Amino acid sequence: MNPEKKDDILVKVEHLSKFFHISRKAVLKAVDDVSFEIKRGETVGLVGESGCGKSTVGRCLIQLYKPTLGEIIYDGKELSRFTGAQKFNFCKKVQMIFQNPYSSLNPRMTVSEIISEGIRIHEKLSEKEQKEYVEELLLKVGLNKEHMSRFPHEFSGGQRQRIGIARALSVKPEFIICDEPISALDVSIQAQVINMLKNFQREEGLTYLFIAHDLSVVKYISDRIVVMYLGKIVETGDAEEIYKNPVHPYTQSLLSAIPEADPREAKSKKRIILEGEIPSPINPRPCCRFAKRCRFATEECLEREPGLCEVGPGHKAACIMLEHD
Amino acid sequence: MKREKILEVKDLEFSFRTYGGVVKSVRNVSFDIYAGETVGIVGESGCGKSVTAQSILKLNPEPPGFFGEKSSIKFKGSEIVTKTEKEMRVIRGKDIGFIFQDPMTSLNPTMRIGRQIGEVLKGRMEGRENLSRAQIKERVLEILKMVGITDVEKRYKQYPYELSGGMKQRVMIAIALVGNPSLIIADEPTTSLDVTIEAQILELLKDLQERFHTAIIFITHDLGVIAKLCDRVMVMYGGKIVEKGSVEDIYYQTRHPYTVGLMNSIARLDLDKSVDLKPIEGTPPDLFSPPVGCPFAMRCEHAMKICYRKLPDYFDISDGHQCMCWLQDERAPRIKLHTQLMDKGEE
Repeated sequence: MNPEKKDDILVKVEHLSKFFHISRKAVLKAVDDVSFEIKRGETVGLVGESGCGKSTVGRCLIQLYKPTLGEIIYDGKELSRFTGAQKFNFCKKVQMIFQNPYSSLNPRMTVSEIISEGIRIHEKLSEKEQKEYVEELLLKVGLNKEHMSRFPHEFSGGQRQRIGIARALSVKPEFIICDEPISALDVSIQAQVINMLKNFQREEGLTYLFIAHDLSVVKYISDRIVVMYLGKIVETGDAEEIYKNPVHPYTQSLLSAIPEADPREAKSKKRIILEGEIPSPINPRPCCRFAKRCRFATEECLEREPGLCEVGPGHKAACIMLEHD
Repeated sequence: MKREKILEVKDLEFSFRTYGGVVKSVRNVSFDIYAGETVGIVGESGCGKSVTAQSILKLNPEPPGFFGEKSSIKFKGSEIVTKTEKEMRVIRGKDIGFIFQDPMTSLNPTMRIGRQIGEVLKGRMEGRENLSRAQIKERVLEILKMVGITDVEKRYKQYPYELSGGMKQRVMIAIALVGNPSLIIADEPTTSLDVTIEAQILELLKDLQERFHTAIIFITHDLGVIAKLCDRVMVMYGGKIVEKGSVEDIYYQTRHPYTVGLMNSIARLDLDKSVDLKPIEGTPPDLFSPPVGCPFAMRCEHAMKICYRKLPDYFDISDGHQCMCWLQDERAPRIKLHTQLMDKGEE
């Protein structure tokens, strides 16, 4: 990370909400009043269980969804007020890597068509230059130029994810949203992809929003972590800090639920096992979303919503217990 | 303690005929399962772990699948490979239970939960108790409570779509348990679940095992889950078991380069960010024409000439710890394999 640019905020999300109206009365609050920022050159990890709204945040950021409320400020400019030319430029600067490498590549396009689609729109390159550039990209992600004229179905999951990454990199973006890029891959392949993403960040100063449910991977790759539960941020802070000193009961149980690949530790470690399951985000009650599964829940937790409190430098958590201290 | 051997798999070979040729999914796999223990099978997709498990219950479609000539699976002394479908139906559910990977698709969507669980007990097949309807219902409600489902009378009448993923997996476990089997095969039972739910299910399986003293074959690709739950581990690669031994042996005395690679490629929580993960380069072998030599040779950084030419034998490392690797031969160069956990084991 470039030290002088350390406090340069690239993306700022302010009070972002995304509601889906299911019927006249039911509202699914996928994301509810979420604020965080991403500095240039850093990796922010967004974790949570399925249905917590982490992918919805990612999709709002790249304008696949229009936010219901709130603002997203990219590089000092508000996303919703972008003019046509600015939008065009935004598409070039912000790219996404999708979760499922099987469904996110067009099966009727060859690899070179998939990768060069963005280049054709954003860069003025001759046919020959374009071909060379695609070859270069393929080499970069660990494939070779023989793969150019093949179709996605001819590749394994890991290779397809590499194609997806090459596609994202093709327009030289500065910010990449990685929506569970490795959860569909095998362990040994996961490590290949993680290393690759880290290398690109080092070389090109990319900024990542890394969305995942696997806390150990997120902790490994991120500088800062945002933990979400049922559409709300429950804890955010430095990756090391969250791992060493989790203050929210949900983060604590999430961390302790990770199966450690160390038999002695796994058998001696006392785990906090959460009761019940993640409740429905349809018409949630205005109380702490975690209250029903929380070990420490009191009457008050069911009455009002906790706000984010500062517990350390850059470390915030939303829990009523903390408000009292 | 005298251990009773309940399952004996010997030279198991299972292949599928496809348009592209014959795929040899499982090649010469042998192992034993003793009563009451938990054995993990770990490996990446396509390594043959699921096919191995399913062939124990003859769940693989035949044709296109077929057993190799020498294959033998003995469950409590009786041969399974030659059994007919009708004979297998007696064993399935009653002697051996099966928990499938995807609870969303492996339950019958048109059948109420209660009936679905009770089905295992029904029928007047040989060797099954003749239970009345009321007895069956009583037994089902009891098992539902045991797997941690509340409000059982209501759940009994619900359809699978009304339950969440974790609940459905509990129902699957109930189905596997209700016949009181001596062996349960769990094929990636927690892969599609969230971590907190996964922790619940693992805890439940452990509890139930202690109570019923059932043996479990646990298939997964997650080394963390194995560490928590299993007594013994078998690591599979390219249709072969490449290393097997007790959990302690495999994690702290790792011998096979593939197992070492697996251990080094997981992002452990205590791993420093500045340390690069060490992935295993390359991709698994093509099982249409499996390599003549060691299946891992092409991705192995220590591969020698012989590795490409001849399939390694199993070398005994210690009692019960076996490794299929030429590096263990006395003529091989002494190479020091290293994982973080191995340091711990030496302490």
